[in-house]
Amino acid sequence: MNSLNTLLFQIFPYVTLAIFVIGCWARFDHGAYTWRSGSSQLLSDKGLRVGSNCFHIGVIAILCGHFVGLLTPHSLYVHLISSGQKQLLAMVAGGVFGGICLVGILLLTLRRLNQPRVRASGSGRDTAVLLLLFAQLLLGLASIFVSAGHMDGAQMEKLAEWAQHIVTFRPGAAAYIADAHWIYKAHVFLGLVLVLITPFTRLVHIWSIPLGYLNRPYQIVRRRQAALDYAKR
Amino acid sequence: MSNFLDRLNFFKPADVPFADGHGVTRQQDRSWEDSYRRRWQYDKIVRSTHGVNCTGSCSWKVYVKNGLVTWETQQTDYPRTRPDLPNHEPRGCPRGASYSWYLYSANRVKYPLVRSALLKLWREARKTRAPVDAWASIVDDAEKAKSYKSKRGMGGFVRSNWDEVNEIIAAANLHTVKRWGPDRVIGFSPIPAMSMVSYAAGARYLSLLGGACLSFYDWYCDLPPSSPQVWGEQTDVPESADWYNSRYLIAWGSNVPQTRTPDAHFFTEARYNGTKTVAITPDYSEVAKLTDHWLHPKQGTDAALAFAMGHVILREFHVEKPSTYFTDYCRQYTDMPLLVRLEQRVDGRLVPERFLRASDLGGLGESNNPEWKTLAYDQNTDALTVPNGSVGFRWGEKGKWNIEEKDSAGRETRLRLSLKDQADGIVAVSFAYFGGTENEYWTESKFSDVLERNVPVKRLKLTDGQEWAVATVYDLLLAQYGIDRGLGGANVARSYDDNVPGTPAWQEKITGVARAEAIQIAREFARTADKTRGRSMIIVGAAMNHWYHCDMNYRGLINLLAMCGCVGQSGGGWAHYVGQEKLRPQSGWTPVAFGLDWSRPPRHMNGTSFWYFNSCQYRYEKLGVEEILSPLADPARYTGSLVDYNLRAVRMGWLPAVPQLNTNPIELVRQAEAAGVSPVDHAVARLKDGSLDFAFADPDAPENFPRNLFIWRSNLLGSSGKGHEYMLKHLLGTRHGLQGKDLGAGGAKPEEVKWRDEAPEGKLDLLVTLDFRMCTTALYSDIVLPTATWYEKDDLNTSDMHPFIHPLSKAVDPAWEARSDWDIFKGIAHSVSRLAPGVLDKVKELVLVPTLHDTPNEISMPFAVTDWKKGECELIPGKTAPSMVVVERDYPNLYKKFSSLGPLLDRLGNGGKGMSWDTQDEVAFLGRLNHHVSEPGISEGRPRLETAIDAAEAIMHLAPETNGHVAVKAWASLEGFTGREHTHLAVGKEHEAIRFRDIQAQPRKIISSPIWSGLEDEHVSYNAGYTNVHELIPWRTLTGRQQFYQDHEWMRAFGEGFMQYRPPVNTKTVKPLLGIKPNGHREIVLNWITPHQKWGIHSTYSDNLIMQTLSRGGPIVWLSEDDARSAGIEDNDWIELFNVNGAIAARAVVSQRVMNGIAMMYHAQERIINTPGSEVTGTRGGIHNSVTRTVVKPTHMIGGYAQLAYGFNYYGTIGTNRDEMVIVRKMRRVDWLDGEPEPTAAKEVVR
Repeated sequence: MNSLNTLLFQIFPYVTLAIFVIGCWARFDHGAYTWRSGSSQLLSDKGLRVGSNCFHIGVIAILCGHFVGLLTPHSLYVHLISSGQKQLLAMVAGGVFGGICLVGILLLTLRRLNQPRVRASGSGRDTAVLLLLFAQLLLGLASIFVSAGHMDGAQMEKLAEWAQHIVTFRPGAAAYIADAHWIYKAHVFLGLVLVLITPFTRLVHIWSIPLGYLNRPYQIVRRRQAALDYAKR
Repeated sequence: MSNFLDRLNFFKPADVPFADGHGVTRQQDRSWEDSYRRRWQYDKIVRSTHGVNCTGSCSWKVYVKNGLVTWETQQTDYPRTRPDLPNHEPRGCPRGASYSWYLYSANRVKYPLVRSALLKLWREARKTRAPVDAWASIVDDAEKAKSYKSKRGMGGFVRSNWDEVNEIIAAANLHTVKRWGPDRVIGFSPIPAMSMVSYAAGARYLSLLGGACLSFYDWYCDLPPSSPQVWGEQTDVPESADWYNSRYLIAWGSNVPQTRTPDAHFFTEARYNGTKTVAITPDYSEVAKLTDHWLHPKQGTDAALAFAMGHVILREFHVEKPSTYFTDYCRQYTDMPLLVRLEQRVDGRLVPERFLRASDLGGLGESNNPEWKTLAYDQNTDALTVPNGSVGFRWGEKGKWNIEEKDSAGRETRLRLSLKDQADGIVAVSFAYFGGTENEYWTESKFSDVLERNVPVKRLKLTDGQEWAVATVYDLLLAQYGIDRGLGGANVARSYDDNVPGTPAWQEKITGVARAEAIQIAREFARTADKTRGRSMIIVGAAMNHWYHCDMNYRGLINLLAMCGCVGQSGGGWAHYVGQEKLRPQSGWTPVAFGLDWSRPPRHMNGTSFWYFNSCQYRYEKLGVEEILSPLADPARYTGSLVDYNLRAVRMGWLPAVPQLNTNPIELVRQAEAAGVSPVDHAVARLKDGSLDFAFADPDAPENFPRNLFIWRSNLLGSSGKGHEYMLKHLLGTRHGLQGKDLGAGGAKPEEVKWRDEAPEGKLDLLVTLDFRMCTTALYSDIVLPTATWYEKDDLNTSDMHPFIHPLSKAVDPAWEARSDWDIFKGIAHSVSRLAPGVLDKVKELVLVPTLHDTPNEISMPFAVTDWKKGECELIPGKTAPSMVVVERDYPNLYKKFSSLGPLLDRLGNGGKGMSWDTQDEVAFLGRLNHHVSEPGISEGRPRLETAIDAAEAIMHLAPETNGHVAVKAWASLEGFTGREHTHLAVGKEHEAIRFRDIQAQPRKIISSPIWSGLEDEHVSYNAGYTNVHELIPWRTLTGRQQFYQDHEWMRAFGEGFMQYRPPVNTKTVKPLLGIKPNGHREIVLNWITPHQKWGIHSTYSDNLIMQTLSRGGPIVWLSEDDARSAGIEDNDWIELFNVNGAIAARAVVSQRVMNGIAMMYHAQERIINTPGSEVTGTRGGIHNSVTRTVVKPTHMIGGYAQLAYGFNYYGTIGTNRDEMVIVRKMRRVDWLDGEPEPTAAKEVVR
């Protein structure tokens, strides 16, 4: 049991992160034309506007919450807010945005499975990603109810410790998660799986949020590149 | 290096803003732009084209990149025309531009495929038997044979390999030759002009084997028999550039922009030139949008409109105010002044009989062929004269076969058109009238079925001692057209408003075209021709030629052109565009294709009769001879069924037959040699005593089945196969949708063709198809061979639409295991030679040849039709029966013969269309060019024909059109016949010789040759009949002139001596099913019209994804809004169309374009895409030919009579299909038949 725990929550995260980073890089370099969100809006936009917006608003907020919540060291916020309060905040924010996301993903899943044109042109991977996200969202929402049983924030702190140990390459991270409720474990594991599959799916588009559009000038001119030497290619 | 790292440019200078920060200059990496540049980069461009029988014959640039064909664009480098004439380019269309899709598509045939049911039997038999015995053990076992024949079309193909399939095919062919005779091995491939070498590959193999090639032009119903009838010419037409020279263009049943897309620019450019354009089509077609005037006669009634237009022209331009140009033209170039005998019947009627011949008056000094020389009155001497040029002058003497205005003694003549002023009397002559024939779906115009009209005549005492009245064709023609010339009598019209057959008022009721419009167009047409010396042109498409009485439609048009002097004049004449029939280097190609360099004659068969007999369509014939017989014919002399007429024609040597005799021709020669008599005498004696007969006398006997069939460059079962379901049932023996009963159930059975109560199913033992795509025919075949696409082989291409010859080139090697047609047949030939020793060595066999056009045999039966079988004459091969020739076959050496140019060309020379010339120089040159065969054996020292390019070089070097030396020799040969100087037409190009690499560099203009009736020089565009008119070369007819009158006994008996209107025939296919299989929806009956596609060329491209995206994708049928409403059909509904022949399931296109009464399905939409099951047949819906059946016509069977003599694809029965009616009904249940059982045998075959 202990070794399995170490494998899943100490070793597996690094495997995941390595594949995620190298995989994304490799795909960006070698499969540049596959680097896309794979939108099927052209085939059918029925239910897409509400579904996609709900899903994306929800999921971006949740992701931000996780980053801030898990990776902010305890010492930084302890003077502002107690662990219990932080947990409550996480549960409320997570519940609200999780709910929005749930509506979105429900619409998107129904659309993907039932719209014949979308189904015919989509790949199995597209469906798999959507179903995994759905499962992960349900697990996350379920964890709210588990958390409600212990509002002291201790469990949350342990999970944060785990995350911070992992990203700071400290050993013993797995111990922080060893006795967590299985829902948390499943949620963390599935999260790692999603990171793992990212380079192989349309999820790579999270790297390419076109923020530059927000403040770029109207006219972009590309400078001539003398290096266009075909002999070298 | 890395897209990612290159973006990490944080240390580079910052972006430089400009325009107050509204713009910015960036330093970012730009290498991604190369992707877009590379999209249109390529490694090479190769010139090729599409061998798809579209007539476009456009040269294309094929782009190759990384060893793959990527796309194609139009070539623009056609040699220029001349000042004041637009150039030929751009040529091309969206269909051609989508071709490269096929090369790597899922529909590509990639490997040799064999149906598993057969392959299993073969591999089992091969374990213990030699190949030929193994094949025999399968096909001789009825149960085994049925087990694979009944699976045809049911899937189950497995991958084989070339060695195995070649062995199966060779074994099957050898077994068939040995057991049944070489004429039981048959090949069907159409339109050599679209890829000559590929055609030649299979034809050469079959011809050396003794097999038969089937004709296609007549079977496709593209051959207009009216052309050989009137001109003795298969089809000769102006190139499309000549439209620009026209001043009045009528597109009559030809949808120029849709079906002649690359040529259509000349049509619009002609309008800029001031030319008036008119469309005459029953639907609002694309061409109607381009023209100044649109007439829409009811479909099938065009002849009535043409008849009335002829009435207007004859009256205004020949009688009331004669045009000097018209009358001079008609005097010299048509049969108008020639004399016709009027037969005095016992009932007192005077009926036009045959042309008066010199022999009727004791020869008039003519000793050579006096019975084939026609007569006229000379205006200069007022005496009878024998004008030069009739067919009697062509054979047996030299120098007088021309149409100078001279008689045979060399005196100047001026022939008299009308006898009106010199008449011995005015008599009432009887003409048959068919316009009153009732047909439920057309409007008839009732008159007596025999109309008498007054005609001026001369009376002559002939050698038979009787006094005969004779009249000129001119006077008879005016009477036939109902012109009132002040001669009194009935049935002639004083006014256009009189309702008399022939007037504009009369046609109004039949065609629905307002009389004023008919008059206007006729008048404008003739006035333009008069002012411009014949620059009025009619472009006509096969649509009008597909009616049973097509000859009347066509002769109606041709008459208009001839009476206005348009034929043979630049910018004028008859522009009949159907298939890509103009095989320009024909006489160079013929010896290569039919193995004439090794053995002569080849076996040729007219396709229509072949399918009519061998797919048992004759067993269902509902059209009685009495329905089409003239009221002036004696019904007692014209008994029997249509199939009997075909058998009589075969017996009299008029039409060919395949299979030929009811015995193996090898066996026949063997018997004769054993008995020590000549094989021909032996055959004649046995035919006379009845112990030997033609196979067609008993077509359903097993010894008379066709056994092996090759189909290449064709999609017979998905496109041209009229009577599709009959073929499936009787020829293939598989599942079919046939609904009708044969004549066994109480119909009038044939009189002479033996009737067997049990109809055979699955006559064919082996069906082999060569294709690059999995078409319907391939799906029904036993073996499918993957062939090279048009971008993967070397070949030649010409068309009637332009004067260039250009290549198909191998841009890339054939993909997967595909091979070119040349290599495939070479491989089969190799296997035959390997298996033959001990099975079939050198043997002799008897080949039967009909009395061919353009040979001395074409004048074999001058007067009455006589049948030796009925004791009416002696059986004389080549005269009253087919010629018989003993031919040697050398099967172990077949491959050596195939791959070298044989010695007969040196010894017998080459030729075409009656001419012949020595060709030793050319053969010697080819030996140096292609190299000589160095391997020992019969071909040692002969020029090689190893590759497709070798064959192409041989074709081009032997042909006058591509070798100036040969052109000069050919013209010199013609000079011997005409006594006139012609070589000046080619001497300027004498030292030009076009080679394969030349045309790969640029299309080349061909050299003028006497094989064709037009000239290709710098002064005129190619125009049919040009050399007849301008070089005074006779038309190759009985009279040597264009014939308004057809005097053959059968032409008269079937009412077609003169042109007139005949309504569509009743095929009786609808009544037996109307209301019998209800599905709750209303049933309506419509006429079945199947014109050429917009989104495909025949069946090609209809399965191409790009073209499907442009169309609706899948089978569609157009209906008028009214018809659709009355049947409760809305646009895009699934509908079913059916009759006793079968059923089609398709979607409805409801459109204002279509007139009421028509169901229009673009032909050859294959049944392989989006075709659901039929509610009527229970099997999958068929192709457009699932509701048709061939009906043959006796007048097309005539032979031995000058222009009415057989020629391969030249004359013969045609596969008409326009008179068909279908029941149209909305479908209740659309069943995709997805749960069809999977053939288990496919899984069992282990590779």
